[in-house]
Amino acid sequence: MTVFLLRRLLQASGVVLAMTLLVFLGVYAVGDPVEILISPEADQLERERAIKALGLDLPLWRQYLVFLGNALQGDLGRSFVFNEPALRLIFDRMPATLELALGATFLALLIGLPLGLFAGLRPNALRSRIIMAGSILGFSLPTFWVGLMLIMVFAVQCGWLPSTGRGETVTILGMRWSFLTWDGLAHMAMPMLSLSLSRIGLVIRLTRSGVRENMVMDYVKFARAKGLSPNRIVFVHVFRNILIPVVTVMGLELGGTIAFSVVTESVFAWPGMGKLIIDSINVLDRPVIVAYLMMIVMLFITINLLVDLSYSVLDPRVRLESRE
Amino acid sequence: MSATLEVRDLQTHFFTRAGVVKAVDGVSFSLNRGKVLGLVGESGSGKSVSGFSIMGLVDDPGRIVGGSIRFQGRELVGMAEPEMRGLRGNRIAMIFQDPMMTLNPVLRIDVQMMETVLAHEKVSQAEARRRSRDALGMVGIPSPEERLNSYPHQFSGGMRQRVAIAIALLHQPDLIVADEPTTALDVTIQGQILAQVQKLAAELGTALIWITHDLSVVAGLADDIAVMYAGKVVESGSVEQVLEAPLHPYTHGLIGSVPSRNRRGTPLQQIPGMTPSVINLPPGCAFRARCPRADGACLETPAMAELAPGRLARCFHPHVEAASA
Repeated sequence: MTVFLLRRLLQASGVVLAMTLLVFLGVYAVGDPVEILISPEADQLERERAIKALGLDLPLWRQYLVFLGNALQGDLGRSFVFNEPALRLIFDRMPATLELALGATFLALLIGLPLGLFAGLRPNALRSRIIMAGSILGFSLPTFWVGLMLIMVFAVQCGWLPSTGRGETVTILGMRWSFLTWDGLAHMAMPMLSLSLSRIGLVIRLTRSGVRENMVMDYVKFARAKGLSPNRIVFVHVFRNILIPVVTVMGLELGGTIAFSVVTESVFAWPGMGKLIIDSINVLDRPVIVAYLMMIVMLFITINLLVDLSYSVLDPRVRLESRE
Repeated sequence: MSATLEVRDLQTHFFTRAGVVKAVDGVSFSLNRGKVLGLVGESGSGKSVSGFSIMGLVDDPGRIVGGSIRFQGRELVGMAEPEMRGLRGNRIAMIFQDPMMTLNPVLRIDVQMMETVLAHEKVSQAEARRRSRDALGMVGIPSPEERLNSYPHQFSGGMRQRVAIAIALLHQPDLIVADEPTTALDVTIQGQILAQVQKLAAELGTALIWITHDLSVVAGLADDIAVMYAGKVVESGSVEQVLEAPLHPYTHGLIGSVPSRNRRGTPLQQIPGMTPSVINLPPGCAFRARCPRADGACLETPAMAELAPGRLARCFHPHVEAASA
């Protein structure tokens, strides 16, 4: 187990190093922030002073080495725009994105698992066919359109739910969370639903195919031959087996959910990391962009590791192999 | 005393798009306490489906369409599912063919055993665990207490089959249906398991239906034998009589195709042709296309007839001369 973890950490640092290079070069290619940051009226002297202050006068490889050296000490640079450490900006916004992404994933499991279970156990029922058709819609409707429609119906027409912002928040561990207040939850409802829609479809399909594959297995027939109740067979025997693929896919999707909440956050003006990165790209705030991308890379690596670990909890066969 | 199990003219059909598959179409036998019946036939002869019919585990599109299965005087055909569930795993247990597939890979052995105890009896967790451990010990699994905490993949195939047998024995059932339980195992393990099951069944007075395609297994194990062909029992009787003097030409051919020490050096006899598909089987004797004795009479379906005391066969031209000799 320790060897496994060490090897994974080594691999991860390699990935992170490669990413710094890619991100740095990529951001450099996007455009020169000087044009945007320094007012056109500034004279040559002011211009040069500003460029020097931002460290943009050095050749690219020196800039990269400076960045790498700072990054190793946990400093990913200061935002050109806010004049604050880029990491702190991102960490300030992270709880908002995390609660949205985790909420969406939770909602997807809460709705997707029972529906998928039903559709898998009664594949020919009319209701199952409706569920499956619905899951295709969930997949294929574009997120931004769903978001706009939700706002149209629930905020504009009915006036039930607020359409922008996080609402009232509670501070825990120095971070602000919306999901602990009713007002915050009301604000979260629509962005969460629009973000989770495609994932609900995914969970339904995964669960259904899992149920259909597992119900015809010999171990189910043997469980029936033991005289177990249908409930025990479905919820203990089959469910444990279905959870393996569902957890894997949803775990890997979580990274995507966080990274791609950009669209949803923009539609609902949700002040998360996604909104921050869009704003930063618009003003070419390089340190923030770089820091954000690095964060996302770290997040993916961490999530993948957690998925691998949870896999070994769910599937005893994996546990044994890692011990050997 | 009435028989433990009495199957009369059982018919289990599958209603598929390609037509009605009469997988079981006229199976009769009876079985007394502590006796072993060998149900023999080729693949597709309906022997497994007969076993699942007794368990009430025939899945869609299959259905028991006729006949009766009386277990200790109670009719199982048409019995309500909750009542049937109370018998399954309790009074009637089943052992499956492939031990690699019958245990749930993600649940520990103790969970899979204790749930079987608790499904039929209100006992404490500790008592359920104790019984599970004893059952494992009974089937010859070393250090059963520790093995309870193992997962199925930590057992070999033979050990898994022992676990499955232990699960079947948990409630000391009156009947065990064993569906080719040794086919997937190698020969030495097969021998051990056969001996074990035979011993346990005799000790507990459990009646046993041993489904197999292997005549040599049945020869050493069973008291009675029923030979199936294309969904029908074509011959039944005591093991010695049927194996020594088969009445039905099919049984005759089957025995002739098994290598034997007594016929060293002579080529093995084959049964010509193939097992017919049981989809839309034409009327008449299903074996007639492969039978050396077939004639016009065989276009009618023969009935099961008692040709000698305790000897039944479904044939117009049986090898009676052998039986009387």
